[in-house]
Amino acid sequence: MIILGISAYYHDSACCLIKNGEIISAIQEERLTRKKHDASFPIKSINLCLKEAKISHSEIDYVVFYDKPFLKFERLLETYFAFAPKGFKSFLSSMPIWLKEKLFQKKLIIKELKNAFGKKTVWNNKLLFTEHHLSHAASAFFSSPYDKAAILTMDGVGEWTTTSVAIGHNNKINILKEINFPHSLGLLYSAFTFFTGFKINSGEYKLMGLAPYGKPIYAQIIKDKLVNIKEDGSFKLNMNYFDYCTGTTMTNNKFNKLFDGPPRRPESKLTIREMNIAASIQYVIEEIIIKIVKSIKKETQLDSLCLAGGVALNCVANGKLIKEKIFKNIWIQPASGDAGGSLGAALATYYIMLNNRRVVTKNEDNMKGSYLGPSFKNNQIEKTLSNYKAKFLKLNKSEIIDNVAKDLVKGKAIGWMQGKMEFGPRALGARSIIADPRSPKMQKLLNLKVKFRESFRPFAPSILRENLKEWFEIDQDSPYMLLVANVINEKIIKTNDEDKKLIGIDKLNITRSEIPSVTHVDYSARIQTVHRETNPMYYDLISKFNNLTGCPMVINTSFNIRGEPIVCTPEDALKCFMGTDLDILVIENFYLKKNEQKNLSFTNYKELYELD
Amino acid sequence: MGFIIELIRFLKKRKKFWLLPIILILALFGSLLILAQGSVVAPFIYTIF
Repeated sequence: MIILGISAYYHDSACCLIKNGEIISAIQEERLTRKKHDASFPIKSINLCLKEAKISHSEIDYVVFYDKPFLKFERLLETYFAFAPKGFKSFLSSMPIWLKEKLFQKKLIIKELKNAFGKKTVWNNKLLFTEHHLSHAASAFFSSPYDKAAILTMDGVGEWTTTSVAIGHNNKINILKEINFPHSLGLLYSAFTFFTGFKINSGEYKLMGLAPYGKPIYAQIIKDKLVNIKEDGSFKLNMNYFDYCTGTTMTNNKFNKLFDGPPRRPESKLTIREMNIAASIQYVIEEIIIKIVKSIKKETQLDSLCLAGGVALNCVANGKLIKEKIFKNIWIQPASGDAGGSLGAALATYYIMLNNRRVVTKNEDNMKGSYLGPSFKNNQIEKTLSNYKAKFLKLNKSEIIDNVAKDLVKGKAIGWMQGKMEFGPRALGARSIIADPRSPKMQKLLNLKVKFRESFRPFAPSILRENLKEWFEIDQDSPYMLLVANVINEKIIKTNDEDKKLIGIDKLNITRSEIPSVTHVDYSARIQTVHRETNPMYYDLISKFNNLTGCPMVINTSFNIRGEPIVCTPEDALKCFMGTDLDILVIENFYLKKNEQKNLSFTNYKELYELD
Repeated sequence: MGFIIELIRFLKKRKKFWLLPIILILALFGSLLILAQGSVVAPFIYTIF
């Protein structure tokens, strides 16, 4: 039984292929088209998934789309109807695309498949649609290591649902309750993302990263005026302050008055106001999520909880959830955004609709470390490097590890490409930039000269699982970099009185711990635990670095620059390497030094990508 | 034709026949809009629409 899950047409198009319930391959279209958040039909991903799985299109049993267009259209019409005559302008701008394309999605998808694979296959009977939040719930539960668990999904909006609570048991999911549009945690967070001058759908991480620089002085205003939170965590937004139902922005003038002025202009200087706003909304979001989870625990009395939906990527809130110890076990889908909806759609069809048996392996999820994308053979890589006349060494695995560990100690920034590409927004050691976390200068250097991004943004550590407790206040697997925890006291460097007086971005200048480059201004870090079983090469590299330095972790940030999708192919990696201040590039067995590349030049690399 | 049958089934299942007049008017004005506009441009706001 071969099922292809698809997400497309809104943002983050992706495709996932499962065979008899096993996840074989999953790829986000942006990685192949090199267009961030690409929403187009994921035909390149589909072709690559089929190629990776060595399957012909004619062998596909079902193609499943991750949400239901008619239901979405219903929400659209009812929303406009409820607010009419307000919103007529927005109505006029959104209707044509619906009446011309989105409403006829079934036809559109069949047309795309026919264009790609010819007219022989009859797709009509193979094409199915699942509900958006069921797709998220299925992506979390059916990939998790639990036979029975509560499921919480939270995002911007799907068809109607913005938040859902369900129980998953074996091969079924039973939805218990939902919160509907326009009341949405995702849209609330996005409204503040917009207000603080970041781009919606990509700036949410920045808002989260900015929060520790500020104080939550607006939290009470948010709770008094914007969102009514009940004891069980259910919430209602006061739509008098938001514009997204009828207008063309997220917030309105009444909202501006609450937060001392208009929204920050994108790319203008960040002030303490934005930092305080970020801290405040983060505080409120965490309070709501913790209340919801406590109420789910009370209601279900289950031991395990699964999370998915874009809000589940808020790893600071996830870290607080772990600290609260409400559930014994928590598992979060690494591709929690809409790209992961493709995976959920396929799994929901396989288990719920087709009633297939589900086998759960205790303590082991089905995501294969989220290494579900394409990999490249040495001969392919060598051909690419030779075509570009790059100067390289071909080394065996242990030589690669020895060289790179020594380079890390010397303070080099390294582009690291090994094995299958990650599925989901995080780089997990397959397409990563790595460096020494002990260096106080590395955060600034990587942000400004390698990633070309804002200096306030923190970096994450990849740490050997067995050493986790010796460095951070957490003792739980976090293989997908979805949990935040504080550095333990013993590793913290005490700040002096002068340092304590610093505010805002100036806080960056303090060396706070033995691993300053991965310690955020509030002493927290977004942790990835590294396991030999899922990524042996990466594990061995960090072990070697640990042998040399006594530090069992490296800085891990995605292998890309600001606005660029994470690199996928050797060619992408080579271009990014040459276009930035990276010192070393490693692709499988190939080792390149920047200062030896005389024949290569990629100037103005950062101008190729629109700022995100 | 298949689309219209699916749409009617959907309205029946959701018990939302009251949306039908709106959809009909939309279909009428929508076709005019499309004709007038030529190409379709998605609104720039968050992709809820």
